Amino acid sequence: MMDRSADNLASPPATDGNAPVPSLYALMGEFEDVDSLLAAAEKVRDAGYRDWDVHAPFPVHGIDKAMGMRPTILPWLSLGAGLAGVAGGTFLVWWINATSTAALPATLSGYQYLISGKPIFSLPANIPIIFELTVLITSIVTFLGMLALNRLPMLYHPLFKSARFRRVTDDRFFVVIEASDPQFDEPKTRALLEGLGSTAVERIED
Amino acid sequence: MNLQAHPDDLTASLGPLGRRFAGLALGAGILGLGVAVAVAALTPGSYRRFMLAYVVAFAFVLSLALGGMFFVFIQHVTRSGWSVVVRRLAEALMINVVLVALMFIPIAVAVVQGHGSLYSWTQRDIPNQESQGAGPPSQAGSAAVNPHPSVGHAERAFSSAKQAYLSAPAFIGRWIVYLGLWSLIAWFFRRHSVRQDTEGDYRHTQRMEAVAGPVGVVFGITVTFAAFDLVMSLAPHWFSTIFGVYFFAGSVVASLALMILMLVRLQGHGLLKQVNVEHQHDLGKLLFCFVFFWGYIAFSQYMLIWYGNMPDERVWLVARGASTAAGVANGWSTILLILLFGHFLLPFAGLLSRHAKRRRALLTGWAVWLLLMQWLDLLWLVMPSMGPKLHLGVIEIGLGVGLGGLFMAGVWRSLGQCRLLPVHDPRLQESLAFENI
Repeated sequence: MMDRSADNLASPPATDGNAPVPSLYALMGEFEDVDSLLAAAEKVRDAGYRDWDVHAPFPVHGIDKAMGMRPTILPWLSLGAGLAGVAGGTFLVWWINATSTAALPATLSGYQYLISGKPIFSLPANIPIIFELTVLITSIVTFLGMLALNRLPMLYHPLFKSARFRRVTDDRFFVVIEASDPQFDEPKTRALLEGLGSTAVERIED
Repeated sequence: MNLQAHPDDLTASLGPLGRRFAGLALGAGILGLGVAVAVAALTPGSYRRFMLAYVVAFAFVLSLALGGMFFVFIQHVTRSGWSVVVRRLAEALMINVVLVALMFIPIAVAVVQGHGSLYSWTQRDIPNQESQGAGPPSQAGSAAVNPHPSVGHAERAFSSAKQAYLSAPAFIGRWIVYLGLWSLIAWFFRRHSVRQDTEGDYRHTQRMEAVAGPVGVVFGITVTFAAFDLVMSLAPHWFSTIFGVYFFAGSVVASLALMILMLVRLQGHGLLKQVNVEHQHDLGKLLFCFVFFWGYIAFSQYMLIWYGNMPDERVWLVARGASTAAGVANGWSTILLILLFGHFLLPFAGLLSRHAKRRRALLTGWAVWLLLMQWLDLLWLVMPSMGPKLHLGVIEIGLGVGLGGLFMAGVWRSLGQCRLLPVHDPRLQESLAFENI
């Protein structure tokens, strides 16, 4: 992080005439403990908001349920990648070892080497390759899929401009409702956050 | 977390229910043993079959006790929090290694008796095959069958050092060491764990954690050599360095499956309600992991033998029906296919999903199935010493139920002797509040 003082962060740096006017990104409510965060998350969930998030210094048990989060599709991506690995690995070893097509150019044709008296295409010998490709493709897709679903890496986030938000790594909890939410209405949303027992509500500009 | 409101629940014990469970298991055990002995006594020439079936049943209950022991010390090595609420189940399996030690006596008697009544290496002249009946090894891809392809090679391999290793005094001596060390380990962990209930001293936990690491080394070495001695030496010319790991992998699968079933039974009687779906999920994860580990090890052993295709290595797999080729497939080929799908591929697919592990009925079903598969796996390892014909009858099942019943009677009795939760374990609260993210 850049070393800038809290004062500079609280008020955006002076802009020249050509810079775009900062638009409202979200309203951020600050909470002092886990219980009020969980209670607030349930209320925001029940109010029907969609584009919102909570931030805490540590993993909070039960937050998924309190936020009404749907299960991730990541396991299905992993399963698909695994099956693709099985299919791709099998095709690879079959094509390389067991095909010899005159129609293809020599560089694309397989090599039918007889090894140790085994059949040209022999499953036991090929399982290690199929297995490794399955593990490799599954782990790459799972890792990259996790990053993509989380929209990572994220080099900029409007919340980082808030000095108050810095305490999220220490002892404060935040509920952030984004302006892009169809239900978002600044006075109403502010009233909701204030009614949930937040110690402060802050406007976050993009 | 809600349980902190009812601290009384934490001190529950099995009470009279334990004696009832133990009584039922004992009854089933005596019945199974009686039927097996009666059938063997009425069938002339079935002594060796009876003894081999006894080795299957013995290896089965031993694997349950050793799997429980692995669970206990690995939780202490990792200073694990989640598992505290289910640790007493594993401890009950572990401490009954003492009972299993008593069950070793018939095997010791058969070894001292000699004349190849159980292990062919107790004969003066060691045959070049597992037994006269072992299936004829064949050249891959060739119809030519040589009944004695490996005499010269195998006889050379059976050196004087190996003869000294596979002799009655050395065998019995090693087993006294294995059973003694296992009993000592089990007694140590059980004693500290139970004494903590009354004394409330956290230092019992520290002591167990300090010892758990070295115990792992002792455990690994003894289990490896015990598997070599008990099962692998049935085919004295054959060897596989991964064999101990194979036995270990199956042991952990079976003991986790049994712990899940014990848990289901206890909760059916309103006990151990502190164990919730989160702990069940973790037991399921471990079960899934070791199902895969077993398959990985089994394939590793198979592939090297298949690839090398050396006559003295191949015979062991050929005797166990590892081929569907005409003239090579035998009575064990079906069992091998059942193991490939039933012990590995199907439970792998079936336990892959998070939802499968969290659904009680589904996980229970897989636990019953995998417990059966572990027994079938041991049967497949041992019984082909009788020859290519499938031996799976009243004697094998009766002895399995017999020793299994006696073992379970011991397990329920041990579980009834202490509280179902280690109430003063410093990580108990962590375990009660445990959640998977």
